[in-house]
Amino acid sequence: MEQLPEPLLRTVGLRKTFGGLHAIEDIDLSVWPGEVVGLVGDNGAGKSTLVRCIAGYYIPDAGEVFVDGQPFAQGGPKRAAELGIEIVHQDLSLVMHGDVVQNLYLNREIRAKSPLLRRIGWLDKKAMRAGARAILDRVGIGGTVSVRQQIRDLSGGQRQCVAIGRAVGWSRRLVFLDEPTAALGVRQTRLVLDLIGRLRRSGIAVVLVSHNMEQILEVCDRVVVLRLGRKVADCSAEGLTGSSIVGYITGAERAEN
Amino acid sequence: MMERPAPASDEKVQALGSHNPKRRIPGVSEGPSFRWTDLTVYLGFLLVFAFFALTVGDKGFLTAQNATSIVTQVTPIALMAFGAVFVLTAGEIDLSIGSVVAMSALFTALGLRHYGLLPGIAFGLLTGVCAGLLNGLLTVGLRVPSFLVTLGTMQLFTGIAQISTQLQDVPITNETYSSLFGSGMIGPLSDTVIWLVVGFIVAHIVFRDLAFGWRVMATGSNRASARALGINTNRVRVAVMVISSCTAALAGMIYAGEVQGAVYTLGSSDLLTVLAGVVIGGTSLFGGSGSMFGALVGSILMTMIVNGLVLMGATVQQQIVVQGIIIVVAVAVSQRQPAD
Repeated sequence: MEQLPEPLLRTVGLRKTFGGLHAIEDIDLSVWPGEVVGLVGDNGAGKSTLVRCIAGYYIPDAGEVFVDGQPFAQGGPKRAAELGIEIVHQDLSLVMHGDVVQNLYLNREIRAKSPLLRRIGWLDKKAMRAGARAILDRVGIGGTVSVRQQIRDLSGGQRQCVAIGRAVGWSRRLVFLDEPTAALGVRQTRLVLDLIGRLRRSGIAVVLVSHNMEQILEVCDRVVVLRLGRKVADCSAEGLTGSSIVGYITGAERAEN
Repeated sequence: MMERPAPASDEKVQALGSHNPKRRIPGVSEGPSFRWTDLTVYLGFLLVFAFFALTVGDKGFLTAQNATSIVTQVTPIALMAFGAVFVLTAGEIDLSIGSVVAMSALFTALGLRHYGLLPGIAFGLLTGVCAGLLNGLLTVGLRVPSFLVTLGTMQLFTGIAQISTQLQDVPITNETYSSLFGSGMIGPLSDTVIWLVVGFIVAHIVFRDLAFGWRVMATGSNRASARALGINTNRVRVAVMVISSCTAALAGMIYAGEVQGAVYTLGSSDLLTVLAGVVIGGTSLFGGSGSMFGALVGSILMTMIVNGLVLMGATVQQQIVVQGIIIVVAVAVSQRQPAD
């Protein structure tokens, strides 16, 4: 992958402690546009803490986050979203009773044009339906899912695609996927992995948190391994094997770079 | 940018569709998700209507006069039902509506007697706002289920209503008031019809066409998710409790205008009727989905049952038995949880 001089996202010396526990310590991480980075590590290695620090849910104790080379003043998830950074949570990103349109547009609704109607929150459903259709096409399920279907009537893979669609629907630039295939079957997983490839081709950077080594090796350009809050490996996925990653995760192996 | 997929030729995606055969609409249907149980209330309505038309059709059930009387009786119930749709869809419940009816009717009557028309109306509406704020803030602030909070405030409000007038009736002599609430005619229509139609349209629009309605649905479907999506769920929960109390207050004011006076017993039997109508109408007791039109038809259905039974000569006790049976049957059909 051709790398631009300035990464989309860069963290320098990021640290976050909870009480006496160093959840993450001195993390340097860079993500370039159109790159898929696998973030792996055992439970408690600090993956979620790192993701939450970057996306504005936690304020790091030390270190800085740069977006496009600019220091990213911590302003919560909202500010991160404005800069085009979104997290797709494992199971918190959808409202089961809502239809696809509602799930894609909740809390960022398109409102009617008239200023008066806008003020009282009148929705422009037609515009949102059209937008939702376009997003479903983008995430590859436009042919099988109707925008009026309720989320609870969709399959697990389709749900995950809708959740990712919400995150990337508005020219988002960096998406964190927190174990997007954890609860999915083989075919459903395929759907999500294909979508990750599709996002990469469109220039969106993806950070994929997963425990599935095969999956990481298949879709990622680069793998970052955390162990006990520290980065122990950061290398191109090419030439890596599942067992060498597991080695880094358990501490049996150390990276040279 | 991104290439558009060719949906029909994407074999993988096609294959995925077969994973979910039950609810899948073949091809790309633009319709919303549909369940047969959504039709419960309409089928029930037709069945009950047909039954009474056949049995008491000759005793005045089918007359325009009887239709007017049903509409008059249904208006307060339906208004409260619209409020209850918001509350239930947001995943809360409001058991205090019946006692708010009595409280607002009495305070309105007192306001009318001592201060005049506008203060009287303001008293009634303020009663609703305050009761709803209390319910909502207690629920959110104490982190106690609204079921328990409103179980308590139901008693509290009933007590306040009884103390405020020492159990005495308060007559309403203000003719303008009565003609606006419950006893007036506007052209050929009674004012209750207008209240019902306007109330339904407003409720339906707020529920379906405003951002607020979406937030109510999201809050009731999964509060944690709604919060993760950036919705202020506490504000939504307080708002629905206020809406509910205000519809109850309005119902109380209409009752007071109808009988031209207020008694502390007003509304005391309404809670079950309202909840039954709403639930039969397809609103989930567990939050996330509701139907305004269903609540309207459900309320009419409950009122029509009482009306028909009266025409059949049933005693009050028999009416209660029949109502109970109908509620159980209808709820069993409409509230069965999908097997997922």
